[in-house]
Amino acid sequence: MSSWFKRAKQGVQTPTKEKKETPEGLWYKCRSCKNVMTSEDHSANYWVCDSCSYHERIGSIEYFRILFDENKFTEINRNLSSGDPLTFEDTKKYVDRLKSSKRKTGLVDAVRTAHGKLDGHAVVIGCMDFNFIGGSMGSVVGEKIARGIDEAIKKKVPFIMISKSGGARMMEAAFSLMQMAKTSAKLALLARAKLPFISILTDPTTGGVTASFAMLGDVNIAEPRALIGFAGPRIVKETIGKDLPEGFQTSEFLLEHGFLDYIVDRKELKNNLSSMLTMLEK
Amino acid sequence: MPVFLDFEEPIADLFEQLEKAQQTEAKGKVDVKDTIADLEAKLEKTRKEIYKDLTPWQRVQTSRHPERPYTLAYIESLTDDTFIELHGDRNVKDDKAMVGGFGMFEGQSVMFIGQQKGKNTKMRQYRNFGMPNPEGYRKALRLMKLAEKFNKPIVTLIDTPGAYPGLEAEERGQGEAIARNLIEMAQLTVPVICIIIGEGASGGALGIGVGDKVLMLENAWYSVISPENCSAILWRNWDHKETAADSLKLTAENMLGNGLIDGIIPEPSGGAHSDKEKAFSFVRKAIKKNIAELSKLDADERVSSRIEKFSNMGFVQD
Ligand SMILES: [Zn+2]
Repeated sequence: MSSWFKRAKQGVQTPTKEKKETPEGLWYKCRSCKNVMTSEDHSANYWVCDSCSYHERIGSIEYFRILFDENKFTEINRNLSSGDPLTFEDTKKYVDRLKSSKRKTGLVDAVRTAHGKLDGHAVVIGCMDFNFIGGSMGSVVGEKIARGIDEAIKKKVPFIMISKSGGARMMEAAFSLMQMAKTSAKLALLARAKLPFISILTDPTTGGVTASFAMLGDVNIAEPRALIGFAGPRIVKETIGKDLPEGFQTSEFLLEHGFLDYIVDRKELKNNLSSMLTMLEK
Repeated sequence: MPVFLDFEEPIADLFEQLEKAQQTEAKGKVDVKDTIADLEAKLEKTRKEIYKDLTPWQRVQTSRHPERPYTLAYIESLTDDTFIELHGDRNVKDDKAMVGGFGMFEGQSVMFIGQQKGKNTKMRQYRNFGMPNPEGYRKALRLMKLAEKFNKPIVTLIDTPGAYPGLEAEERGQGEAIARNLIEMAQLTVPVICIIIGEGASGGALGIGVGDKVLMLENAWYSVISPENCSAILWRNWDHKETAADSLKLTAENMLGNGLIDGIIPEPSGGAHSDKEKAFSFVRKAIKKNIAELSKLDADERVSSRIEKFSNMGFVQD
């Protein structure tokens, strides 16, 4: 256990060293308890508050850095990008929304997939980026996950998916809906190949993502206090016409109701996955 | 007097005139035979004209017409009243918004499953407006597995405004229940035909919608969200529901054009509610043809082409 932990820690210490040169005055204020840390300490602590353990939302860059050994990985279909099959327009054209999201985030869409080693285990990891249109699942997200699963089958390695999404992407309408069926059907092929699928649910995981791959792990893991559900809390509140109970739709709530195997602190995530993978190996 | 939608007003006017003429005739004092024949012809012509060119929003309205036949009406007709309903998910309860069971269809036993809406206030509540809880999806899966065990084809009839977004539904894993159905339906060894007969709203529809053949009735709709909720999210009110209905490309024709369904089943000229028997017969014909075709393939072929079909859905730029 301890050797795993050290190695996992190294992965995030590298960027910390790089950050040494950042000017002073870069502080992180915890969104939950308002505790203040230096950004440097915060990232060295896996973007978790050292006072209340609040897990700040992070993206694929950070998760890959945490999980892949020495932050080394090969990204799959990096440039796969969204079309606008329906020429969708609401208050803004979908193509413009895509453009500005790309510019703002430096990402191509709301998921990245890559293969590499996790504590020596060859794996394919997919990770969603909430910054990109709320981590919503359109054709690109579905296709990249599908191809990531194909890659796992081809390489005969486990598939790990880190979910963080508001659900299906409305601007691709039924195309988005069908990504639920598509990713689930691909997971059927992974299961038939007897390869493990580990699903990691992070804050927030809702809608069509919860109602497809995120809930289909051989092992379902969540980070602490993440919002996880099918219908969003506002919709549920409107439906029942009263306030929601404390802790409703949190990781802890889902664990209690039998939909998660366990909750793991982000600092322990890599060690834990490594142990789990060892136990699932044939 | 039947219920008429706003765009059916010309039909309603003619219907009213026709009823009056029929009352006059019943009194027997004046000969109005010609007037009646004339009105009947006009009614049919008007109906055809209006229904020939419905806007997406008008189709959404038609799909929710209070007199539109619901799942059990189709099943009873298709199975010539041989249907034996099977209840319960064997875990929590029997979900009244989801029905299923065996019935004899064209000489063979078929598993029918679908969301069920209610006809009046009391029944609408009893059926939870056709919005299943997780138990509904789990009952559906249990019945699909039962059909698979005894090698019977499965027909699902989809008609739902969505999976129920309630507190207990979340506690009992609405997301997991739908997800489980998606992965399991992808692998069913028997032929699976899914027909959207009314509303096909989001994951609640897709939860029984992974089939070898997915068909839509001409005036049904299928999308990731209802036009009203789409409008509410994007424009913060319901006023843009017609625009949303256009934008979502939710009609049968759009869905077929985008390669997201496999076929369209026509409706009688005034919509399924105007001539239910005719609607049933069109659906019967489609099921019969597709079961026959799918039965020619072996199980592995069906499963791999089903998975392949859904894997190819999407629109991306490499
Ligand atoms: Zn804190």
